[in-house]
Amino acid sequence: MSMYDVVREWTPRVADAPLRAFMDAATADDVARVLRKQRLFPHDLLTLLSPAAATQLEAMARRASELTVRHFGRTIQLFTPLYLSNHCTNQCRYCGFNARNHIPRQRLSDEEIAAEGRAIAATGLRHLLLLTGDARHVSGPEYIAHAARLLAPYFPSLSVEVYSLTDEEYALLVDAGIDGMTMFQETYNEALYPDLHPAGPKRDYHFRLDAPERAARAGMRSVGLGALLGLDDWRRDAFFTALHGDWLQRHYPYVDVSFSVPRLRPHAGAFQPAHAVSDRDLVQVILAYRIFMPSAGITVSTRERADLRDNLIPLGVTRMSAGVSTAVGGHAVRTQDGHAVRKDVEGQGDADGATPQFEISDPRSADEMAAAIAARGYQPVYKDWESVLDGGYGCGIACAARRTPSGEPVGAPTPAAPRAMA
Amino acid sequence: MTHDTHDNDTLVIGGTALTSRLFIGTGKYGTDSLIPDVAGASGSQVITVALRRVDLANPRSNVLAHIPPHMRLLPNTSGARTAEEAVRIARLAQAAGCGNWIKIEVISDSRFLLPDGYATARATETLAKEGFVVLPYMNPDLYVARDLVNAGAAAVMPLGAPIGTNRGLRTAEMIGVLIEEIDLPVIVDAGIGKPSQACEAMEMGAAACLVNTAIASAGNPVAMARAFGEAVRAGRAAYLSGAGPVAAATADGASASSPLTGFLGE
Repeated sequence: MSMYDVVREWTPRVADAPLRAFMDAATADDVARVLRKQRLFPHDLLTLLSPAAATQLEAMARRASELTVRHFGRTIQLFTPLYLSNHCTNQCRYCGFNARNHIPRQRLSDEEIAAEGRAIAATGLRHLLLLTGDARHVSGPEYIAHAARLLAPYFPSLSVEVYSLTDEEYALLVDAGIDGMTMFQETYNEALYPDLHPAGPKRDYHFRLDAPERAARAGMRSVGLGALLGLDDWRRDAFFTALHGDWLQRHYPYVDVSFSVPRLRPHAGAFQPAHAVSDRDLVQVILAYRIFMPSAGITVSTRERADLRDNLIPLGVTRMSAGVSTAVGGHAVRTQDGHAVRKDVEGQGDADGATPQFEISDPRSADEMAAAIAARGYQPVYKDWESVLDGGYGCGIACAARRTPSGEPVGAPTPAAPRAMA
Repeated sequence: MTHDTHDNDTLVIGGTALTSRLFIGTGKYGTDSLIPDVAGASGSQVITVALRRVDLANPRSNVLAHIPPHMRLLPNTSGARTAEEAVRIARLAQAAGCGNWIKIEVISDSRFLLPDGYATARATETLAKEGFVVLPYMNPDLYVARDLVNAGAAAVMPLGAPIGTNRGLRTAEMIGVLIEEIDLPVIVDAGIGKPSQACEAMEMGAAACLVNTAIASAGNPVAMARAFGEAVRAGRAAYLSGAGPVAAATADGASASSPLTGFLGE
């Protein structure tokens, strides 16, 4: 049974009478019962996402916090996104990179990629998330793999959040040292999906839905999932996101599954969320994910305000972005003599005038974020993996000894033979 | 493993004599700066560290900088999904100056984090031949343990319960089988949530316990580390002292002295 079969099986149940009624009829006692269970099933997940559970957030938070500390300790892994290109052929109604938006389009050159990498590495961040728009003719898989090889000397671990790829293309990225991928389905509501994605390759709901599985098959160590909360009823999308994670973990047990919880943010364009998602709603989603899947990572981005992010730290979150720019080339700008210099990431994202994909709400630098995490009694973790360890192409332990006195890496180690999962 | 008297009780692994039988970890702390105090309070001489976390190039996050110099470093292969990955991580650890002790963890199930016995044995065999002192993390399975002995392990490290659960000695019966049958130190690893459980493992005859989550996730990790150190010492002393027999309970709460042969008289 594929994830698409799971969606087809559950959609009528969630949308129509019996299970929707089940969720609406859940009581505080039902929530308490679920919180005492060791092993949860989809009906328990519905209970955790129910209106009744919204009145039990403190009890849920205690359970979620306890589970998180047991599985992950008091740690938050830091990362930052690097936007390689904002060329896009899709017309996603909610996205600032929509092909119909008249914004400057840019794709980073080799030199610019290295400059961005140096600027980010100088902040101490070691995990990097590469992003592009969906434009294969501009930023195809080979370009992304090439960028990864350019960045490998600076970052032990690289992930991607790009358009849906084929099995072979994910394998290409794995061989380039990319060990993680994130794919937001945006909404699991197949009926709504075409309205939100009127044109472009992304319009293929099924191909996108299966992308995480293809990535897992290709050997990605970590796979992140998410729905863009606010496009549809958040309870329904959160339910399917969690089911997707559970399905993926059962079928690909060697993969580290994680969830992101993006809420719609203002952007260039006029799209407004159809379903408002309050802070309480967001917290309920995070807690439900954690209690349903105790070993899953949970990522909170800078879409959220600094004060809210700080308060979310003990509730189940395991990864946070910091020093973020959502604009292409947002981390480094060029001086008049052509040398890349570090951009002030405390500024608002687009020092060179590039248009960000969305406005961030937490502009704190890596150091500031680390201090905020430490202030909550948690440890900011800069490095938690390196591609070299499983035979990939990257940098960390293996090339640390080969750095120059100034700390500059001499070069990445020789890549091992392509990997294949049993 | 050798012991003569309570005062001269050492655990020998890879030619190194240890007077403490509590191994500790470096993961899950709210701050790595707690590690020296935790180590001191526990009395531990062996500390495990995940190589995946080590970042020699980044002074902001080099966990090794917090490990007291007198401690024996036990790098582990956390994150390895295959024998080949475990071997690669072990070699990198050695090349990075972390010594030749290695705790093998091969886990390809992210939900339960249970070790892969077959892959663990394969990695152990390769690394033992290369001169590593190999301490493999394992399910308490007699056949896997025998494979690990044949592969050249320096000890076996059966789990008491799945990693990070703090659920105690759920596998006590099987660990007991290993203690009885395996001629290597049996170090209980994973699942121990309370000092009393570590004490129980030592009373059973375990050679040592490795405790991380229960210490790191405690409200006061330093005090909990001290408690674990005392519990392990107490359990070991009890084992060496020879516990008295425990009478089987009967329905009326007591047992006749010779219910079956009393008719024979004196």
